This record gives sequence, C-alpha cells and structure tokens, in this order.
Amino acid sequence: MNTSLFSQERIVIIAAALIAVLASVSLSGFLNVTNAVTIVRSISVLGIFALGMAIVVIGRGIDLSMVAVMAMSVAWYLQMLNSGRSELFALSLVLLAVVFIGLVNGFLVAYVRVPPIFVTLATGLFVFGFVRSQLIPSDAIAVPNGHWLEAVGKFRLAGLPADVLVFIVLSLLVFLFLRFTKWGRYAYFAGDNPVTARITGMPVRPMILLRYTLAALFSFIAGLLTAASLLSIQTRVINSSLLYDIILVVVIGGIGLSGGKGGVRNVLVGAALIGILLNALTIADVSLLFQNLIKSAILLVAIILDGVLNPRDEQTAQQGDI
Amino acid sequence: MKILTSTMGAVALAATCLTASGAAAQDPGPAAYANAMEGKRIVMIPMAMGFDLAQGWAGYLSQEIPNFGGTFETRDPNWSVEAGAQAITEAIAADPKPDVLIVMPPDLNSYSKLMRRAQKAGIYVFLIDNPANFKADAFFGGDWTDMGRIEAREAVRACGEDSSKQIGLVQGDQTNATSLFQYAGIVEEIAKHPGFEIVAKPDSNWDATTSRNVTTTMLQQNPDICAIIDFWDGDAIGAAAAIRELGMSDKVHLIANGGGEQTADCDMINSGGYGAVVSTSVRRESYDMLAMMKYLFQNDIKPGETSAYIYTETETINSENITSASCWSLKEFASAN
Repeated sequence: MNTSLFSQERIVIIAAALIAVLASVSLSGFLNVTNAVTIVRSISVLGIFALGMAIVVIGRGIDLSMVAVMAMSVAWYLQMLNSGRSELFALSLVLLAVVFIGLVNGFLVAYVRVPPIFVTLATGLFVFGFVRSQLIPSDAIAVPNGHWLEAVGKFRLAGLPADVLVFIVLSLLVFLFLRFTKWGRYAYFAGDNPVTARITGMPVRPMILLRYTLAALFSFIAGLLTAASLLSIQTRVINSSLLYDIILVVVIGGIGLSGGKGGVRNVLVGAALIGILLNALTIADVSLLFQNLIKSAILLVAIILDGVLNPRDEQTAQQGDI
Repeated sequence: MKILTSTMGAVALAATCLTASGAAAQDPGPAAYANAMEGKRIVMIPMAMGFDLAQGWAGYLSQEIPNFGGTFETRDPNWSVEAGAQAITEAIAADPKPDVLIVMPPDLNSYSKLMRRAQKAGIYVFLIDNPANFKADAFFGGDWTDMGRIEAREAVRACGEDSSKQIGLVQGDQTNATSLFQYAGIVEEIAKHPGFEIVAKPDSNWDATTSRNVTTTMLQQNPDICAIIDFWDGDAIGAAAAIRELGMSDKVHLIANGGGEQTADCDMINSGGYGAVVSTSVRRESYDMLAMMKYLFQNDIKPGETSAYIYTETETINSENITSASCWSLKEFASAN
C-alpha cells in the first residue's frame, strides 16, 4: 500500500473536500442533509459496481462485462416473471447464470490465460447479444406489479434508501474479505506478482475464479437495485458511459490498474469525488457536454498519476496487462 | 330467314354489349398498381429495433408491405452510430438494391453523406422521427419545435396562474436534433407566458438512472417546481421515480415525450407516474410512409428529386382526456414478430 505523504488517495480526498467547500460557498442548497443523501444515493449503485471491479483489479484483472451482466441478468429475471415463471425458479436460474458467467470469465483468464480485458469484453458482448436476441423481447423490461422489488424501492431506514444501505453493507463485507480472509489477503500478492504467489503455494487460479464470480454477483445486485428504483430495467444502459464511470471511480480512488494495491477506502474516496463533483455541476446547471469533459479530464489526470505513482513492474508485467 | 337474321343480329348486339360492358369494368388501377409495387424492397434502419417506436413502425409496415408484393427488412444497429452507418453502406451495395431506405438518424449529421450516396444509387431515402441535415425524399414524424411548444403549453396549463410558475426540464443531450429543437420550442413558448420561467435544465443523456439523479437534485434545489418536461419516455421513468420517491407526485406535473405506446405511456399516465405524454402517432407515421411509397413507385420521380415534410399531428394525452384508444399497443404485433 502507498504510504507516501502525497498518496493518490490523499490527493483525491483533498480535491473532493475542496470541491465540496467551493460548492457550499457558491451554491446555496449544496450543503444540507437531503442533498448529502442525494449525493450518496447517486453513487451507491456505481459504488457497488466499483467494489466488484476493485476486487478484480486488485488481483490484476479487469471486468468489462459487469454492465452487460447487470442489465441482462435482471432483464431476463423480470422477463421470466412477466411471462409467468415462479419467483423461485426465475431467481435461482438467473443466479446460476450469473455465477456461471463469472466462472467462465475466471476460467478463461486463469486457465486458458487470455488477457482479462479481451475475455470480459467478449463475454459481455456475448451475454448482451444472447439475452437480447434469445430471451427478452424488448430493450426495456418492467418490474411486475406487486413484486418485492417495488418494496425495496420504497424502503427507507433513517431516511436512507435501500441502495445506500446495501452499498454500506457490501463495503463492509468487501473490507472484511480483503483484510481478514486468506483469499482476500492473497489477492494483493497474486495481483502484485502472480508467478511468485503461485510458486509460494497460493491457489492463484481458483482465486481468480472467485474474484470474477464476485464481480458478476455484485453486478446482479446493482441491477436489482436499479430496477427497484426505476421499476424497470433498460438494457440500453450497455451503451452508456457507466462502464467507464466504474473504472473512473476505481482508478481515481487510487487502486492501481497494475494490481496489488488499494482497498475499499479507495473506492469510497473515488466515488465521493465523482458524486460531489457531478452533484455540484448539476446544481450549477452545467450542461452534460461540460460534465463529460470535466469527468474525462479527471480520469486522464488520475491515469497519469497512477502511471507515476504505480509504475509498471517490468519483472512481473505480462503482455495484455493493463 | 328473317327471324334467323334478326336473331343473329340480336346475338351480335348482345355480344357487343357484353364486350363493351367488360371493357368498362376494366379499371386500369390495379394493374398499374401491381406493376409498380410488385417486388419492391424496403429496408428500415432505426437507431435500434428493440424499442417501442421501431417495433411499432416495423409492425405496421410488415403487415401491409407483403400485401402489394413487396419485401420488408429491418437492421438493428442497437444504438450504435457506426453499426447504423455500416447497415446503410451495406444496403447501398446490396444486390438487389433496396428501393426505399427508411432511416432514423441518431443526430443531424452522422448519416448525411451516406444517405446522399444512397439517393445517388437510386434508392429513395425516408427519414423517420429524427431530422437530419439532408434533403430526404420525405421526412415522417413530428415537428419537434412544435412539440416543444405543445409540451410547454401543457406545463403552463397544469401549473396554472396561481402556481410558482417554475418549470424544470430534463433534456436529452446537446447533439440530437429532437433534443435541440424541443428545447428551442419550449423556450419560445415559455417566453409568451409572463412569470413562467425555466429554473433548471439538466441532461439525462437518455439514461433513466441519470434522469432520476438529476431530477432529484433539481427538485431539491427548486422545491417549488410545478412541472417538469422530460424529453423522452425512455428515460422519463427515472424522473417519475425521483418525483415518486420525494413524495411530490401531487405537486409536480411530469410531461414526457413519447410514441404513444400503451405500457410506455398510457399505463404510466394511468398509474400517475406521468402527468401527460405529448406523442406522435406511430400508426399514422407508418401509414404516411406507405402512402408515400405508393405515390413514388407509381410516378417517374428520381430519388432526391422531390422532398417533403410529412408531419404527423401531435397529441397531448393526459389524465383528463385519456381513453382506452389513446395508445397503441406493442402486443398487437406480438404474434407477428
């Protein structure tokens, strides 16, 4: 972990705090409890994705199939319910499929040794194409009336909606996993130097399977929460910038793409910066074009910073690593 | 003998009469029509096939085109501008060439050159729903600026004179013509109503989650907003979710733009999610396209020679005027697809 005085994490915390102070001073209506909840809410689903992505990236991988898995698994689930399948049948079948996709990703990366960026790009496209053409009739599927997802969408605990609560719980679980479980700790070693980790006797390849499966499951959870709030799932989201936003949160938080570094704290910090920034820009009525410009400039700075702070390790780098 | 002659004369006369009446019954229409229409190939390239408008057009067109001996095909670029461009390129190079290309362009400029090439290759190009910087053989759809005006009038009506007169917008993006023209129309109309103002105008980028987030922020910053206009029913469910979650359903009139499909629009009005939907009629657009094809095929008009805007009338469906016939339903085509 990076312990220098100016770690990326600290720089991002300072940047987020600066934006927050600036927005509080210049925008009336930024600094209050309801807006704070709105900010956290707006990044909860993104944060859940980022947690899954972080687990994979720490182990020196990347999962570009997350958004496809999220949209298509939930779309298929809702479609089965709409066409009269039982809850138990639909949910277990979709869960099996989600786990299967995670395992396929992991298997191709770990055992067939295809670079993860290509594996997950391909499986993402496959999942989208297969589900869209074979299993669902339209690109938006509605939540059936009276389904438990409606209750999830309405649920509030101390003013916090379900997606925020799930994000908090998952953050805690991922923290515990990475800090206190063997396979969680090993993820850092495997990400830092896979060959040495394997020689040392760590089950490097089965661990990869686990990480991609977790990422797929987190995607499914993010999809369920999205559907709970919107009462439908739009598979068009595949074409949005969501996937890049996930990578943005992970990278600006300071989780190096070369693996072995970072943790839940970095995800929280990265998500906070993005949430505060986008919220302030929306309140200031800045148009989407400029919001995207600012977001991409930040991503560029973060990637350059990542390259400087976490240089590629020539000894362990492989072709196809990011 | 005389009797014989007169009988023969009568028979001859009868025969002549019969022949004459036969000729009179020979309407030149069906033959000319069949001749001109037989075997025509129509290809539709919408922005994606998987949403209500495209499925509606395809549904109506595929019902009628086979009746005159034509063939109808669709290509699905699935919201990818590049895939759409490739589909147009392939259609131009195809053998046999299509006779009509129905294109729904994603923005003003991307396909303009390609569509000109298609016309040069002898293919009529119809634009559907989204305008482009290109002289198409015909444009079908709504007048987007006018739809903006109508949406603004509905917002003014719903707010009333005693309201805060604050209106919020959820725009699409800053490149799509439908978004730009709608915005222009809204601004123009609002200016005519003293006291009314647009207090916020974030973009959704046509994404429902983004629409929800920006609407939440907009309403928290401007809690007095009495009406919100979201530029597309495809993402307006996000704005509707934000209003519902803030408990402001009774205060905020949400106006969406849509294609008048049952689950996308009328069901949402009935459930209170939308206050009103300003819609073009997919059915009328489809029949307009068919009429234009019939006209062009039967006349010696070269692609690109003439150009027409076939605007469909826009209607405002709200809880006061909604009937069971206000919307068309995708389910009509469920068996056809």
